[in-house]
Amino acid sequence: MTERPSLFNIVSVVFGFAFLYLPILLLIIYSFNESRLVTVWAGFSTKWYVQMINNEGLMNAAWVTARVAFVSATIATVLGTLAAIVLIRFGRFRGRTLFSGMIYAPLVMPEVITGLSLLLLFVAINLDRGFWTVVIAHITFSMCFAAVVVQSRLVSFDTSLEEAAMDLGCPPARAFFSVTLPVIMPAVISAWMLSFTLSLDDLVIASFTTGPGATTLPMKIYSQVRLGVTPEINAVCSVLIAVVTVGVLAASIVTKRREVERQRAERAAIAGN
Amino acid sequence: MAPTTLGPIQRKFAPWDDPSEVPLVRFENVTKRFGDFVAVDNLSIDIYPREFFALLGPSGCGKTTLLRMLAGFEQPTEGRILLDGQDVSKVPPYRRPVNMMFQSYALFPHMTVEANIAFGLKQDRVPKPEIEARVAEMLKLVRLEQFGKRKPHQLSGGQRQRVALARSLAKKPKLLLLDEPLAALDKKLREATQFELTDLQQELGLTFLIVTHDQEEAMTVADRIAVMDHGVMVQVATPAEIYEQPNSRYVADFIGDVNLIEGRVAAIDGARVEIAPSGIDARFEVAEAPDTAVDDTVWLALRPEKIAVSMEPPDDASVNCVSGEVWDIAYLGDLSIYHVRLASGITVKSAQTNVTRLIERPITWEDKVYLSWTRDAGVALIR
Ligand SMILES: Nc1ncnc2c1ncn2[C@@H]1O[C@H](COP(=O)(O)OP(=O)(O)O)[C@@H](O)[C@H]1O
Ligand SMILES: [Mg+2]
Repeated sequence: MTERPSLFNIVSVVFGFAFLYLPILLLIIYSFNESRLVTVWAGFSTKWYVQMINNEGLMNAAWVTARVAFVSATIATVLGTLAAIVLIRFGRFRGRTLFSGMIYAPLVMPEVITGLSLLLLFVAINLDRGFWTVVIAHITFSMCFAAVVVQSRLVSFDTSLEEAAMDLGCPPARAFFSVTLPVIMPAVISAWMLSFTLSLDDLVIASFTTGPGATTLPMKIYSQVRLGVTPEINAVCSVLIAVVTVGVLAASIVTKRREVERQRAERAAIAGN
Repeated sequence: MAPTTLGPIQRKFAPWDDPSEVPLVRFENVTKRFGDFVAVDNLSIDIYPREFFALLGPSGCGKTTLLRMLAGFEQPTEGRILLDGQDVSKVPPYRRPVNMMFQSYALFPHMTVEANIAFGLKQDRVPKPEIEARVAEMLKLVRLEQFGKRKPHQLSGGQRQRVALARSLAKKPKLLLLDEPLAALDKKLREATQFELTDLQQELGLTFLIVTHDQEEAMTVADRIAVMDHGVMVQVATPAEIYEQPNSRYVADFIGDVNLIEGRVAAIDGARVEIAPSGIDARFEVAEAPDTAVDDTVWLALRPEKIAVSMEPPDDASVNCVSGEVWDIAYLGDLSIYHVRLASGITVKSAQTNVTRLIERPITWEDKVYLSWTRDAGVALIR
């Protein structure tokens, strides 16, 4: 059934991938450049990584980003999961369309508008801008992504599992925690990871809502790049790429392995019957 | 094909005939509507302790809805459900002394077989050693001792079904609800499990309420069968009564194979009723025709195995007899089914047991034959 790809197909695939990944590759290569000049190769060195670690401003920003991402992803996942449950389980309650519309609006809202409106809100209620305003802002936009991910899992969740738990004497709330949550856990973890990454690389919304002492890594990188790209920045970006790649690979390997194991066990069970 | 088993009719167990018995479950004029749709229509039944009760009806007739009302997942729109004499409408599902085996089994996929079985006991804060003992007992009961540490997806369909049964039995509920428990199994396994279920029910002395759309299954396992049609209870009786004395064409047709001959009541003489079948110049006598009057339209329900086929008319003038032409013969090995066309154009089936090994049948296609049956072989039905 497999057809040989035509020359045109091969060329377009190669160009497409080159366009996507060549810049990243170049960035990683030049982070190991001896020279200060970004475009001239002068031999291998790891000195920019050492300098990066000694750069207090950069490290502070990285630490702020990690904390913001962790806290906002966690809260967004909890709220997103609750929203998904309400949308799936409570049927057609009054105002459901409005509710779901309001949850999903940030998905399509331009970031500049989200950022600006949040800034206006914080100013209006006289909230000191800093770490927590960034966290709140990140929760508002990543919560809808979390809700979408969890909702798509809940659609296929067999409610008779919850009923079975109740039938065996388990009150509804406990049934949720001992049956529903463990079963949908992979989706909840995906939702958390998605929210975490979204928070990690957000520049626009963070720029609007941050205050003194809460500069995130993307903001730091952006402000440094305006003064000229240094190999140090390349090093930071390479580390970020490594973190994200390892995370994504680990998650997909775990999922894949579990799937393979499940299929093998199912085959064994059918054969052994 | 006619059912081969008539259920445990030998057992002297008939609490429904004893007015001093108190029912375990009582449905009192229960109606359930989903919007305008009536899923259960003004239904009343009593189910007695230690009874194996089957709800039988085609798919979509409201059987699951009835069970879900008993388990507490749906509320009756009208009427009451009494459990042990108590109205249970205010009792949430997790406080009812009833357990249910779900049609989809609903095993917890993230728990081992043992944890699945222990789940209900844990909710009741049963001490740990007792839980372990009960789980071991349940695993032994359903013969899954070696599978306790497995997850549900590591089991075959039959094993999953047994885990679901063990889980719903672990709390020794007063009443076990089984929603098409065997539908997902192949025929052999299903038949074996049917007998296991009846044995188990007798051994444990529990009350079982099983839902099924398979009439043979209902006949095999149940003490009494309730036949349902579009949310209405049509007949409640023992398997033998349902088969031999159906109260309507619907029941007669749903359980086993039946010939329905339309006619008119020509004369009533005490218990003897004469029917004039439409389009045939004959008179059929029946011993049983409740609630009929002369000139009523009735249907004579005759089971194929109760009709004899012969080349000559029977000597005994008291049996009913009609002539016809052999239209088709289905040879099933143990039985031959003769399709005989009568003068009125209807076809009547007669099942003859092949007691001798005959390669050449004496009766063959297009022969003129006589069908005969005794007065008490059939029932006259008015609806
Ligand atoms: N929650 C519900 N909402 C609307 N209609 C329902 C609901 N549950 C069941 N029904 C309808 O009630 C009828 C009876 O369903 P059910 O009790 O599941 O039938 P059975 O178990 O006999 O196949 C069906 O026509 C079904 O569509
Ligand atoms: Mg059903």
